[in-house]
Amino acid sequence: MATTEAPVRKREILEQAVIRFCGDSGDGMQITGSQFTNTAALFGNDLATFPDFPAEIRAPAGTLPGVSGFQVNFSSSDIYTPGDVVDVLIAMNPAALKMNIADLRPNGILIVNTDNFKEVDLKKAQIKVSPLEDHSLDGYRLFAVELTKLTRMALQELGLDAKSMDRCKNFFALGMCYWLYNRTMDATYKWLDDKFKGKPVLAEANKRAMRAGYAYCDATEAFQTSYEIPPAKLSPGVYRNMSGNTALALGFVAASQQAKLPLFLGSYPITPASDILHELSMFKEFGVVTFQAEDEIAAVTSAIGAAYGGSLALTTTSGPGMALKTEAIGLAIATELPLVICDIQRGGPSTGLPTKTEQADLLQALFGRNSEAPVPVLAASTPGDCFWVAVEACRIAVKYMVPVIVLSDGYLANGAEPWRIPTVDQLPKFPVTFRTEPEGFMPYARDPQTLARPWAVPGTAGLEHRIGGLEKQDVTGNVNYEPLNHEKMVRLRAAKVEAIVQDVPDLVPAGDPDGDLLLVGWGSTYGAITAALRAQREKGARIGHVHLRHLNPLPANMGEVMKRYKRVVVPEMNLGQLVWVLRAKYLVEAQGLNKVQGKPFMQHEIEAKIEEVLGEIR
Amino acid sequence: MTATLPVYSKKDFQTDQEVRWCPGCGDYAILSAVQSVFPELGIPREKFVVVSGIGCSSRFPYYMNTFGFHTIHGRAPAVATGLKVARPDLEVWIATGDGDALSIGGNHTIHMLRRNVGLKVLLFNNRIYGLTKGQYSPTSEMGKRAKSTPYGSVDRPFNVLSLALGAEATFVARSVDVFQPHLKATLKHAAAHRGTAFVEILQNCNIFNDRAWEHLTEKEVRDDQTIGLEHGQPLVFGKNRDKGIRMNGLDLEVVPLGNGISEKDLIVHDAGHPNPAYAFLLSRMDGRPGFPTPLGVLRAVDAPVYEDGMSEQLRQIIAKKGPGQLDQLLHAGDTWEVR
Repeated sequence: MATTEAPVRKREILEQAVIRFCGDSGDGMQITGSQFTNTAALFGNDLATFPDFPAEIRAPAGTLPGVSGFQVNFSSSDIYTPGDVVDVLIAMNPAALKMNIADLRPNGILIVNTDNFKEVDLKKAQIKVSPLEDHSLDGYRLFAVELTKLTRMALQELGLDAKSMDRCKNFFALGMCYWLYNRTMDATYKWLDDKFKGKPVLAEANKRAMRAGYAYCDATEAFQTSYEIPPAKLSPGVYRNMSGNTALALGFVAASQQAKLPLFLGSYPITPASDILHELSMFKEFGVVTFQAEDEIAAVTSAIGAAYGGSLALTTTSGPGMALKTEAIGLAIATELPLVICDIQRGGPSTGLPTKTEQADLLQALFGRNSEAPVPVLAASTPGDCFWVAVEACRIAVKYMVPVIVLSDGYLANGAEPWRIPTVDQLPKFPVTFRTEPEGFMPYARDPQTLARPWAVPGTAGLEHRIGGLEKQDVTGNVNYEPLNHEKMVRLRAAKVEAIVQDVPDLVPAGDPDGDLLLVGWGSTYGAITAALRAQREKGARIGHVHLRHLNPLPANMGEVMKRYKRVVVPEMNLGQLVWVLRAKYLVEAQGLNKVQGKPFMQHEIEAKIEEVLGEIR
Repeated sequence: MTATLPVYSKKDFQTDQEVRWCPGCGDYAILSAVQSVFPELGIPREKFVVVSGIGCSSRFPYYMNTFGFHTIHGRAPAVATGLKVARPDLEVWIATGDGDALSIGGNHTIHMLRRNVGLKVLLFNNRIYGLTKGQYSPTSEMGKRAKSTPYGSVDRPFNVLSLALGAEATFVARSVDVFQPHLKATLKHAAAHRGTAFVEILQNCNIFNDRAWEHLTEKEVRDDQTIGLEHGQPLVFGKNRDKGIRMNGLDLEVVPLGNGISEKDLIVHDAGHPNPAYAFLLSRMDGRPGFPTPLGVLRAVDAPVYEDGMSEQLRQIIAKKGPGQLDQLLHAGDTWEVR
């Protein structure tokens, strides 16, 4: 038996490292990356991940469109992004090498599976001369490993066919990385036992492959040095590794408990939102009802029906689905029913880039409905923050009797970070009471502070009433077409959303409270902006950063905060949507930093913009 | 249940809202029938919810003194499904039309039927778009001259009952706005069904498609042009009850009674027949020369009810795992502590 103890050899202590596993969609790169991440998390590193995979389930093997990658940045200090450059690149085939080599830092470690560099493999990747032979990789520390052959050798006694053996080669690579960073394999052992409960031979095969990879590094002395990245000094507490979609699912369960209402999810599968449906469908012991509807419209309208019946109702989707739900969101606005709509944004327009990230649905969320139809809009900034945004969206929805849009994106949805688990008493409590008193009941009478109408659910004797999408008379809710009543109702619905500002905390900039430049961000750009801000302030820049959770209504001091700085820059993964809103609303000279490549910002891209703008001031 | 049910009258189900259908519209008769039937169902008034989409028929909830939800075009089945799944204790009825249910909302209609959600569906079929002032609908006959088809439509229409049967409907019936006793009886059958009860109501739009059903409903012709289906009774029709329907190979055949053909040779109506092909054959009599149009309950069979399945699954999981503990959920999976 090989030992899981790290061998004694030269060890170097590093603060931080970035590994990227890349290979064919069928090579198990997402699993490999997730396992490395989980082990790093349990070890106590801070971390950020970036899974990047194609929309096709299996593009032709070995081709450029089939390349799938998983990047993890793990560290002994606070980190905010998956990293701009890669320290260790594992490339399982020529296509993966070709697509990813540009991100490997000079002199970085490059591990390639040479068994996949035959003539035919090169051709699939549209490469003429093998990069292993043309000196194009001279600037890196290349480790050419016969990964397939060595894996087969390690598994030969198990009696598996060649295909099954080759499926384990990703664990050989994982074993190498565990050796390289002095990690134990215990957590992955446990995971394999669980995953292959009914097929112990496959669990054993993957374990053997992993141990073989580990032993290979040990025995061949290919690597002169191994590395150690000590645990990070995170705030005290109990942590787990958390992705954005899981965090949203947990947040909605928590919200339903805190509201004391059953949770109803109406959803139609769509990338990258489906995992929220998958997660919530497992939580039936919490009374969660998940309804996989026949289409996006039924998903939202069934949720409206459930909300009408007194459930905490939710629908989850991505941009194309948002487009289809538009009319129904208008119905929820008109009937003033609580509802949460999650848009996990992806590249568009139309089908666009289903598995890639983007932030270009902001204006759709704010304005994308017929007529005057404002809704509160919230955005999550990190995978873990998705939990808190889910809770807050539900709290606002039931307090103000209003549909609320939550914006996340593909990067947050699939990315992961260590998440400090809150205790239940740290969560806001907002138990809901339905209207039961028939005396003086009017369906559209309003709470003076929140302008919310009563939630009067069917089954309550004496409260029989009718609601609908037609314009209604103030207070009585009866159908009404009078001109002045219509304007009054339009203004009331808008005022109700504006009133939510009383629940929006004032902005407190990170970094300098005033100065030369303010970075205004929202959503998943949080990590890259935060990292850039830190780096630039260390160089002496007088800059601040506000990150907006509430995009409608905006915080009360939004305009005032922007005036404290000479320049305002708004980094967004779109052509400039928040900056458009800020300029229109506050008449400020905010400028955009825009990237629409289906990829998150790099820290250096934001730093370059900061330097450019500061250069103009000086 | 200790509370005694109030004794309701028709008046208890009427609202103070002025009814805004055109004078002479068939919808009045349907409203009156529903308001007459609801008090007799033994259900507390507050448990009724009437959900509708868009169209003339969809104004229905405003005139029913129950809970009511006038939703958006075509989506009533989806809204009602969410409501019924969340609140199985409610008695949810849908008022819809041929355009609402079969055109813009066709997808929701078939999936509601497939799932067998416990909803009662009243589909007012007037073969025209009324609220948008007279365009042809998915049930309009081919060649229909209407606002949008001045030279006649080239669309083939849906057979409403065939469509419902094809979508796995467990209860399919048809009645007529002006046949009040028949309509009320049909509504009561529908009310008693568990699962989706789908009722097509032939309804006259006297403004945009007047007399669309006259060939079936006029006193002189109705007995020859329609057949009233009664469970357990032979398929006999005609003013003199002198015609019947029997099987001939894989098809139905209309035969005159007498000359050696008696009721014993005819099909005995079995609404509970497990094979939907029988009800489908009946539904295909529409418009066939010499065949009557079937009225009454074509099919009423027991099948698993959607909201029962959903509730049962929750009950089973809670029984097995115990009620969910939030703290445990948040701590699920691998965790580590930082001190």
